[in-house]
Amino acid sequence: MHESIFLAVLFPLVGFLLNALFSSMKFIKSGESGKEFFVGAFSTLMIVLPFVIAVGVFFELQSLPASEQKFVVNVYEWFKAGAMTVGVSYQLDSLSVLMMLVVTGVGSLIHLYSIGYMHGDEGFARFFSYLNLFIFAMLNLVLADNMALMFLGWEGVGLCSYFLIGFWYDRKFEGVGIETTTDAANKAFMLNRVGDFAMLGAMFLIFQKIGSLTFESILSQLSAFDQTHLFWMALLVFIGCTGKSAQIPLFTWLPDAMAGPTPVSALIHAATMVTSGIYLIARLSPLFMLAPDVMNLVAIIGAATAIIAASIAVVQNDIKKILAYSTVSQLGYMFLALGVGATTAAMFHLVTHAFFKACLFLGSGSVIHALHEEQDVRQMGGLQKVMPSTGTTFLIGAIALSGFPLTAGFFSKDELLAKTFASGNVALYAVGIVTAALTAFYSMRAYALTFLGDARWAHDKHPHESGATMTIPLWILAALSLIGGVIGLPAVIQEHNWIHGWLSRSQIVEKEMTMAHSTEWILLALSSAVAIGGLGFAYSIYTKKQTAAASQNGFYNLLLNKYYIDELYNALFVKPMRFVSEKILPTLDAALINGVLNGVGTSFISIARSLKIWQSGVAQNYALAIIAGLVAILSYLMLKQP
Amino acid sequence: MESSVLSLVIFLPFLLSFPLFSFNRAQHGTARWYALLSSLLVFAGALYLALQFNPSSGFQFEHTALQNWLGDSMDVKYSVALDGTSMLLFAFAAFMFPVVVLGSWERVTTNAREYYFFLLMLETCILGIFSAVDLFLYYMFWEAMLIPMYFLIGVWGGNGRGDAATKFFIYMLTASLVMLIGILSLGYISREMGGTFTTDYHKLLQLELPLSVQNILFWLFGLSFFVKAPLFPLHTWAADVYSESPTGAVLTGVLLKMATYALIRFNVMLFPTASANFAPLVCTLAVVAIIYGALVAMSQPNAKRLLAFSSVSHLGFIVLGIFSFTQEALQGAMILMVNSGLTTGLLLMLVGWLEERRGDVRLSEFGGLKKNMPMFSAAFLIATFASIGLPGLSGFIGEFLTLSGAFKSTTLQTGLYAMLAALGVILSAAYMLPMVQKIFTGELTSERNAALSDLTPREILVAALLVAMIIWIGVAPNSFLKLSETSSQAVIEFVTQKSASQALAK
Repeated sequence: MHESIFLAVLFPLVGFLLNALFSSMKFIKSGESGKEFFVGAFSTLMIVLPFVIAVGVFFELQSLPASEQKFVVNVYEWFKAGAMTVGVSYQLDSLSVLMMLVVTGVGSLIHLYSIGYMHGDEGFARFFSYLNLFIFAMLNLVLADNMALMFLGWEGVGLCSYFLIGFWYDRKFEGVGIETTTDAANKAFMLNRVGDFAMLGAMFLIFQKIGSLTFESILSQLSAFDQTHLFWMALLVFIGCTGKSAQIPLFTWLPDAMAGPTPVSALIHAATMVTSGIYLIARLSPLFMLAPDVMNLVAIIGAATAIIAASIAVVQNDIKKILAYSTVSQLGYMFLALGVGATTAAMFHLVTHAFFKACLFLGSGSVIHALHEEQDVRQMGGLQKVMPSTGTTFLIGAIALSGFPLTAGFFSKDELLAKTFASGNVALYAVGIVTAALTAFYSMRAYALTFLGDARWAHDKHPHESGATMTIPLWILAALSLIGGVIGLPAVIQEHNWIHGWLSRSQIVEKEMTMAHSTEWILLALSSAVAIGGLGFAYSIYTKKQTAAASQNGFYNLLLNKYYIDELYNALFVKPMRFVSEKILPTLDAALINGVLNGVGTSFISIARSLKIWQSGVAQNYALAIIAGLVAILSYLMLKQP
Repeated sequence: MESSVLSLVIFLPFLLSFPLFSFNRAQHGTARWYALLSSLLVFAGALYLALQFNPSSGFQFEHTALQNWLGDSMDVKYSVALDGTSMLLFAFAAFMFPVVVLGSWERVTTNAREYYFFLLMLETCILGIFSAVDLFLYYMFWEAMLIPMYFLIGVWGGNGRGDAATKFFIYMLTASLVMLIGILSLGYISREMGGTFTTDYHKLLQLELPLSVQNILFWLFGLSFFVKAPLFPLHTWAADVYSESPTGAVLTGVLLKMATYALIRFNVMLFPTASANFAPLVCTLAVVAIIYGALVAMSQPNAKRLLAFSSVSHLGFIVLGIFSFTQEALQGAMILMVNSGLTTGLLLMLVGWLEERRGDVRLSEFGGLKKNMPMFSAAFLIATFASIGLPGLSGFIGEFLTLSGAFKSTTLQTGLYAMLAALGVILSAAYMLPMVQKIFTGELTSERNAALSDLTPREILVAALLVAMIIWIGVAPNSFLKLSETSSQAVIEFVTQKSASQALAK
């Protein structure tokens, strides 16, 4: 099965190309459902096929003895110069196959959902072409056996994100310093590029030291690096990850990325692309383990991002913004886990988060659709009755996100919090548990304001449940959000759970941490109490008050304005750079350099003027003379030939 | 005849240019078809050479004539040959000419036969520049090229064409006169050292020039190339010429690469120790160019001027690649030379087509064109992302190799140059994406913009040719890298060995 991995990567690319063709041919005239379904089903199939291959490879890997845990499939040599040899080669180990399953599995469901969601949109085929291209890039990212090919995927997903955020390119979108969807797309691309700059630096450093960029060589030659190099490599990779995975200081693009269609938010800005940073650090975890200072930084940044984003989510009124900040916060959890050395816990949360956050985003999309592009939770309410499937699945997603006992989110969040506690960072654990309370609160707030209470939407809107292409993915994701936790049951229930066993077959490493069962039970109980408490508190407030109105005090405004971080960045970076580019340099360029050099030029002209009596001044004569000369040489040459 | 096949290809466009005058002046249709077929024929010739070319050996297709044509006391002759460094650029130049003819198909209607005449003349000069292995001959081609360029800009350019042509001519002439002094000095020095006055490239390579002499000659040659490249701070002619030139694509595609090519061929190879010594200084200028060009590009209100400054930025990468003296960086620079010709060339051509339709290239005039010009916007986006170095397209390969080579360069001793240059990765997005935004996104408000038509089949063909090359280099660049691999390796070994032995002698 693993030989066909090339096909798995190729299918989405073919999908992209054909969809691009459909789009440019205007194959679908406005709203032709039949053709839409054909295009959508075809695109979905192009993702289902890689999923099937991933499942096949999964069983193939599982059947292997523990000593041969990995396949490397060389497709062709991409480029070679000097010592730099980069192949298009895919590595299939338990980590990359797990990521591939998530990407193609959740990806297939979101493709299916999009058929219904994008119905009637002018750019239907264009949308699916970008979506397919995204999966192509994402597969390269997670399957690449070297950092250069990984970077192709890394930048590729950024490109698709750019296209999809700005998908409705003629629409307005509000944000700080942002007026249109394209502004939001540019912001995302730029901030990602800041991260990519660091990622390039990491690659240069690695190449300089070991002359290779394959993960295999990096991880097997770690002794070639001294402490300083390890520090810088890990730091640069991490900075790269803060861009793609929306962490402090580069997280501000993700909430604005909500300008894109909702399936995009679910697929790219929640379940897959934004988790690539977690994947990459897990992949390079043996390296990170040797850079303890960077590990601490990762944990602190993760925890800080988690609590800051969660606190912002508590007061947001745009349903997608709530979920966006929630995503930033949950990604922060994953970095916290990585930072304390709980690599598997981070990956576990990555998987469960993909289920419940995709479920929530798709649910919000269903609501937004039903209410004709309304995204403000203050204009919703009472939708549980009219949209029972959407409402119920949203509730399941919300309680999983909150870490309600026995849901998928409960087990993964508990594990990463327990590991944080076990690592001895009690302060970070405290931040984590407060964040958990905030998470439960805003999850229930979002659900209650949207689905419970009285309807606050205009009476001329007649919301109704979405069609089957949209509700089936919702139910599947909701089911996974409920039961997905079985892959990683805590040690008190199951000594060796599945995900630890599976990931231990790859090269990822983590810190050994042991904890007494009694401590673990206490932490489990605490997590449960916090989740239930937060959910209950929000329920009691938002089912009674019916609106999101809160006391308009200073702190509330600070949260509502996201701590004014966007404003700060604008003042610190954007404006000064614009000033230099628009005011200082053009003046410099024109006056100083141009003036001086033109002065030289002008003096030549004046010298030439005084000499011009010697010249006929007729340019054609010069041309003629030169042509004559060349003709003479040429004839001579030709005659001279034997 | 076999031995002169290279000469034949070089002079083919020139020979084919004369029958143009037998055409009726009014029939620009015939003239352009004729020019297209001629340039295709030349391209076929160049392709034949490229296929015959043996990448694992040095100079090939050597053709020498006119021994001692300036008298017996001087070893000055007509001598052409191609090695890996020049073969790639030679073939690429020949590829770009039919593209340019097709690109300016509708634009040039007045004096078309003269226009194509000069275009074909220019092609001979450029092919000659890439293949001359005698410095005097090289200088002849180099200077002769100014004539067709002057007329192309001055007659068929935009509104400010007169000034632009003059500016171009004066800058170039001044700079190359300095080079002439350099060539003559080198000739006389060779007489002092070896017996005869020679401008034979192979013989000059054998000279063991003292460092003090190298230092002076390096700048006499370098100045000329830095002006043409153009390297900061000698770039100020570029924006004017870009915005007025009717053949912007040729200009960037080929013309500017002659300068970076010459840097490798002459500066680096003839003055290896001086080159290694000056590398930090030159690379500093290159890094400044990358950042400066990008920052100035950001505030340009006019698409052509923006692209001119982006080109200044790109040239910085190429110069950095050359003066890092590692195999990776040099190979990266080779690919970048082709890449910047392809991407900036395509972008300038697209902007030119927009100008033909709308009579304007100010960014503030546009918006929402994605709606009525989907093919145009698709081509523009691909070129844009190639230009800002997206992996999978041509720009990335060159930039990545250049920077990773520069980072590990022992000549530069620090990775700082590469990291500062890598800031260009962020900055290039910061000037290209707003341009895309201003032209293509938003609502289609202006009626004049709404009336614009999408690309014609001819334009689609031209754009598709360039896009195909951009993707080919991005996906499978080895076919291009292999051409210059041995030559680049030879350059690096030569420089390392020479500068090491000279350091030892000290």
